[in-house]
Amino acid sequence: MICTIETPLTKQKVRELKAGDTVSINGVIYAARDAAHKRMIAMIQAGEGLPFNIEDQIIYYVGPCPAKPGRVIGSAGPTTSGRMDVYAPKLIEMGLTGMIGKGLRSREVVEAMVKYGAVYLGAVGGAGALIAKSIVQEEVVAFPELGPEAIRRLVVRDFPATVIIDSRGNDLYKIGREKHRCC
Amino acid sequence: MKTINVSQIAETVERLCIEANYCLNGDILRALKRGAEVEVSETGKCILNQIIANADIARNEEIAICQDTGMAVVFIDIGQDVHITGGSLTEAVNEGVRRGYKKGYLRKSVVGDPIERVNTGDNTPAVIHYTVVEGDNLKIAVAPKGFGSENMSALRMLKPSDGLEGVKKFIIETVDRAGPNPCPPIVVGVGIGGTMEKAAILAKKALLRPIDIRSDVEYVKELEIEMLGALNSLGIGPAGLGGKVTALAVNIEVFPTHIAGLPVAVNISCHATRHAEAVL
Repeated sequence: MICTIETPLTKQKVRELKAGDTVSINGVIYAARDAAHKRMIAMIQAGEGLPFNIEDQIIYYVGPCPAKPGRVIGSAGPTTSGRMDVYAPKLIEMGLTGMIGKGLRSREVVEAMVKYGAVYLGAVGGAGALIAKSIVQEEVVAFPELGPEAIRRLVVRDFPATVIIDSRGNDLYKIGREKHRCC
Repeated sequence: MKTINVSQIAETVERLCIEANYCLNGDILRALKRGAEVEVSETGKCILNQIIANADIARNEEIAICQDTGMAVVFIDIGQDVHITGGSLTEAVNEGVRRGYKKGYLRKSVVGDPIERVNTGDNTPAVIHYTVVEGDNLKIAVAPKGFGSENMSALRMLKPSDGLEGVKKFIIETVDRAGPNPCPPIVVGVGIGGTMEKAAILAKKALLRPIDIRSDVEYVKELEIEMLGALNSLGIGPAGLGGKVTALAVNIEVFPTHIAGLPVAVNISCHATRHAEAVL
């Protein structure tokens, strides 16, 4: 099924999404990867507020290339999500409803997704030049000193993704592999 | 004796960094197109076509194929009759990387210390492998290596009794465990023999060989073909969403080893498997 997601991504909308659905995302999403996640968790532990309101938001695991003059952003495909697994459950607990990345997630992340209602979306790894075309605005909103790892507010139009793990814990990586594995 | 000034080396490295990151090599592109034809999964076919479209955009619009423009791995084969003038060869290579990553709007992905993790801001230093060879040529190969796939690579010191079957099992196990993480369809570089570090460098070097050229050692060639078939039976498929096209090629290099050992290194590379070469 092809679904359109307008951000913010509400928990009600999350529950409608199923592993295997093709989605097209419109609106604001936030770019954050390893170093930004580490800092956000440190801020939470120190009792400080996060650089953006995380409720019903989508985080895209990406560290883009610099934009050439006249362009919004450089190549901007997904990075491996598993490195954010130690940080993600806390953010999901705080209201994060969507994550975009590529690759396997831990049991702890999936449990938090099921418990609080969140979805894991996959973008095509290695298609960063193509994906960049659906990013229409980019602004660094926190940690500019981290360079490619700074938190960015991105406005996306028809951003292509696939539901990999839904809020019931169904996992397209497992389903897809079983279908095509030879004995 | 040939004299080469370091400025020429820096300029060449600068150009190769940009070229490798913008232009997907012809052998890879052909394999992706063939993959799109034979893939049985409709989703997989669609993903392969997106990857092909991505390569066209990158080449035509001169932007990076992938945002992970890698840590620059540079292989330098230096003829013993070459004389380098004008400064340090290593510094010239790093200057080339510095300029190429700036000029090409490539991402700076290197941190200065593995624990303190502060970005160096210019993607240096490069990882440089020097080999002294006969003659008076200087060959430079730049292979930017992304870490989505690098992180899924592995090395194991097998026992001689593990033999060829042990090697096969380790290759399959490594790719199986990597699953969707290294951006399949992948290219697999394997180094067998030598010592621990020799096996790892052989595996990396194997990724420089065009993927449509098989090993000239008969049993290695057969192993490459057999392993490709085995990996493509795992069901991982393009982007890991299921399918037959999990790997585009398996390139294997071998080297003599010790009577007590059988080192095997498996270096996984994403579909881009970038490299560009020049001879001075």
